[in-house]
Amino acid sequence: MATPVNKEDAFSQFLLRMGDNTLILGHRVSEWCGHAPVLEEDIALANTALDLIGQTQMWLGLAAEVQGEGKSADDLAFLRDAWDFRNVLLCEVPNGDFGRTLMRQFLFDAWHSIQLGRLMKSSDERVAAIAEKASKEVAYHLERSADTVVGLGDGTEESHRRMQEALDYLWPYVGEMFQSDEADAEMVKAGIAPDPASLREEYDVLVSRILGDATLIIPDSSFAHKGGRTGAMHTEHLGHLLTQMQWLQRAYPGAKW
Amino acid sequence: MYAQMIKSEATQDDPEKLAAFQARIDAGEKIEPKDWMPEGYRKTLIRQIGQHAHSEIVGQLPEGNWITRAPTLERKAILLAKVQDEAGHGLYLYCAAETLGVSRDEITEMLLDGRMKYSSIFNYPTLNWADIGAVGWLVDGAAIMNQVPLQRTSFGPYSRAMIRICKEESFHQRQGYDAIRKMAEGTPEQKKMAQDALNRLWYPSLMMFGPSDKDSVHSAQSMAWKIKMNTNDELRQKFVDQTVPQAEYLGLTIPDPDLKWNEERGHYDYTDPDWSEFFEVIKGNGPCNVDRLAARNKAWDDGAWVRDGLLAHAKKKATRQHAAE
Repeated sequence: MATPVNKEDAFSQFLLRMGDNTLILGHRVSEWCGHAPVLEEDIALANTALDLIGQTQMWLGLAAEVQGEGKSADDLAFLRDAWDFRNVLLCEVPNGDFGRTLMRQFLFDAWHSIQLGRLMKSSDERVAAIAEKASKEVAYHLERSADTVVGLGDGTEESHRRMQEALDYLWPYVGEMFQSDEADAEMVKAGIAPDPASLREEYDVLVSRILGDATLIIPDSSFAHKGGRTGAMHTEHLGHLLTQMQWLQRAYPGAKW
Repeated sequence: MYAQMIKSEATQDDPEKLAAFQARIDAGEKIEPKDWMPEGYRKTLIRQIGQHAHSEIVGQLPEGNWITRAPTLERKAILLAKVQDEAGHGLYLYCAAETLGVSRDEITEMLLDGRMKYSSIFNYPTLNWADIGAVGWLVDGAAIMNQVPLQRTSFGPYSRAMIRICKEESFHQRQGYDAIRKMAEGTPEQKKMAQDALNRLWYPSLMMFGPSDKDSVHSAQSMAWKIKMNTNDELRQKFVDQTVPQAEYLGLTIPDPDLKWNEERGHYDYTDPDWSEFFEVIKGNGPCNVDRLAARNKAWDDGAWVRDGLLAHAKKKATRQHAAE
């Protein structure tokens, strides 16, 4: 993988990371449509997916603009292969049961809300504007996913067990959100985005409090899978997701929908 | 409209009370949940509102079938918003039914074990992307035909739910028409998808209005009570008259060789759907009945631990709060 050397490449990389996170997670959440445990959850999951897809349009739209190659947000979403995706692995792991889906959502929302809070102060006005709009939606996502994690963690014996299993499965995917590379350093230098590592302390405080309320135990391991945000090595799951998501665009090139 | 063949309940109430009740309805008054009402009125409404609510819920499945394959971000967002609206319609209809004394869990279980029905249309599959446009254009279009008059229905909570639902449904219908127009004006393959969708969904859409008036045995009482506002054939004709010019504009062919304008009647003459197919679908033999109900049952069963967990937490929280006070 080539390391971005200039600010434009680094900026594009950063925007893809933001937009691919929301695209891939939004896709995963949308897979629940019509299958949730209760009607209110069907509505909430569709609403979350809708917000994430809306944010994707903004991030990938700006990425396409910054790249300046005449592409659209749709071109980036539907015509790139897996190695070009820059989402963290956490977003692409399969939904599992409802508990795992909501735990994944919480672990992501907690990072997302802190990240967007910092991005609202970005030196790039376009980034600050997207962050401001998205942060309102994400504040609600976090409130809901945190409440659900607490409710299910501190619910019945079975719901507690399932939530602990979800946390154990997902925890190794948390660390990647805080890893930095040259592109991040470039963004810090330009005042566009914070150093990912700098979000960790605030994240740990927030996540520990909620998981504590949920009577869940954070695994005693700092091991972190990586390779999503650099594109070096995604999970096997991403290819299947893209096969489905990109099918019409790939099968009927050039058609307008 | 998503209610078909709603059986009116016979009513054996005090004739004086019945006459007074009917007089209120004839005067255009709204009946509210706490007002006296004949048992038959209550039961028929539960069945009708329930069937409508269940249709919104099961209707998420054929549309959800394409959310993960929507061809652009905008189309994906529009479809997500639509499905979310439909779940919301289900929610306020269940609330309207609750005012008649049936809980959401009870009525849900009646759907899951087959005691209550949902519209036959959702037992047909969505096979290509144009189906999503066609569902908005035809299925929501047919639903609106029935729901617009129901805004004036006699039961207050149902009427108010319909007013809200109709606003969203007409929006969905316009979006559906726009989606299928894009296909009809697109590449030859896209046009083929649009025609294929129309071919498969035309007659099932006509069936949404229920059997022909001559076979519709439950209408008279419901019409007197103003919980059914028009006959099935009236609405079906209105739907055909509205839809044929739209199909012509799209350059699509309605799959009915005998369809033609009748100058004398001022309406289109059209071929009735195959009613034996309709009755098979109602009996459970449609292309998707088994899968749709299985999907809803699986969602409910798999979700039991979630509902139990959240309930247990709410109780613990209340106990802790109580202890702290």
